[in-house]
Amino acid sequence: MREVYIIGIGQTPVEEHWDRPLRELGAAATLAAIRDAQIEAPQALFVGNMLSGATCGQENLGTVIADFAGFNGIEAMKIETACASGGAAVRAAYLAVASGAHDVVVAVGVEKLTDLAIEDTTGALAGAADADYEAAHGITFTALNALMMRLYIERYGVRKDDFATFVINAHNHARGNPNAMFRKPVTLEDYARSPMVAEPICILDSSPVADGAAAVVLCSADRARSLCDRPIRILGSSLATDTIGLASRREILRCEAIRRSAQLAYKQAGVTPKDIDFVEVHDAFSIVAALSLEASGFVKDGQAIPFALEGNIDIPGSLPCSTRGGLKARGHPVGASGVYQVVEAVEQLRGQAGDTQVKDCRLALTQSVGGLASVAVTHILGN
Amino acid sequence: MQLARFHRLKPCYYRLEGTRCAKCQTTHFPPRQRCNQCGATELQSVRLSRRGRVAAVTSIHQPSSGFPKGSQLMAAIVDLEDGVRLIAQLTDVEPEETSVGMAVEMVVRRLRTDNGDGPILYAYKFRPVLKRT
Repeated sequence: MREVYIIGIGQTPVEEHWDRPLRELGAAATLAAIRDAQIEAPQALFVGNMLSGATCGQENLGTVIADFAGFNGIEAMKIETACASGGAAVRAAYLAVASGAHDVVVAVGVEKLTDLAIEDTTGALAGAADADYEAAHGITFTALNALMMRLYIERYGVRKDDFATFVINAHNHARGNPNAMFRKPVTLEDYARSPMVAEPICILDSSPVADGAAAVVLCSADRARSLCDRPIRILGSSLATDTIGLASRREILRCEAIRRSAQLAYKQAGVTPKDIDFVEVHDAFSIVAALSLEASGFVKDGQAIPFALEGNIDIPGSLPCSTRGGLKARGHPVGASGVYQVVEAVEQLRGQAGDTQVKDCRLALTQSVGGLASVAVTHILGN
Repeated sequence: MQLARFHRLKPCYYRLEGTRCAKCQTTHFPPRQRCNQCGATELQSVRLSRRGRVAAVTSIHQPSSGFPKGSQLMAAIVDLEDGVRLIAQLTDVEPEETSVGMAVEMVVRRLRTDNGDGPILYAYKFRPVLKRT
């Protein structure tokens, strides 16, 4: 397999884009990444998206974005792994270059969620879980995460309010990100007052439904050297799955897909969790942030909350998390989030993260999780 | 839900049918094509235990479309007596009356009525075990 580098990034702000359609968001991020890489056109386009059919009536999204961005004729396809679709699109783009099939490709994640009424969005997102044995029974995606949070609280004896540490941290970091949806801090009091969505998950535990698109340009080593002064190398890339249904797992809190994908990425990169300088976790719900830190090997099982409460996930801290706001405060345009994470990690590694720059960072881990941690994509990036 | 899809699901939804591996005796729910423990493909349909205990419970304040707004659905992880674990709605109980370890039993109840006057979908739910006299 060949070495793969990131030479361009692009993104739209994450917000409720009433005035911009899906195709325009996708093309805008793609073209921004192309400009940043100073190239004319990619040879292939991998579009990460979960719900274009349900929210916009549009499938065949690879062709749509390639057409609208003016790249008629190139290889283009949609990649879908629920909430991890963005990470999977980066992985598909990585494989295309690593295999030698292409030299320069784009991965773009795009999602348009706010055109639907909230109950319809809730229903569509439930399809990330098992449609016949979870969603059809009225058990929402948030409810399934709530059941995991209940098990966690019961197992480790933590308090519901302890989870606020992930939320406060994410909102703090979003202040330095002009593309973030929520750039204002929240307090423990705000968290305690936040209305319930599915107990014990409150609104502030949950990432917001949003629209947005983010893109990266990937290329081979020789093209990276000729095109870019400071390419970022993808040192590890992996995707792993678990049972689609939460209840089919022997140990629900172990999150085997996250565990496996992290281990594969560490092994490929030849690093350990201790070597990682900062991490973009999939904090769609605060419980998922905690479980991701544990399953990725940064802390022992059950230790994520004390680790966070001690300030380790802040900037500066031993392992800054969600350094540009995370899914929680940057916003979670579902199939785009995995690409936003990679874009944000590149901003940090290039030293372009402004007020929330992680000093002297060289190694980043980004992790995109789909369904009830039924699929996880991990990337390790270095400069 | 599409009618054909619902008809295909009826053995599971009405009778709580799973599969059992003829080789290693592992029971699966939902039904599998291939045993996820030993890889054998010889699986038989089997009716699961109708009783179990609640392992975790949540009440849903923001329901999906098709489910009544303002109602508080309760969802639980249920450990059946035969060792199978599943997720289902709880019924005939108030949120504050639920607890971890609560003994529950399966009943068939209405899930939803599609599009107001469409087909009425029924499926398993779990209620607290009734005291027998």
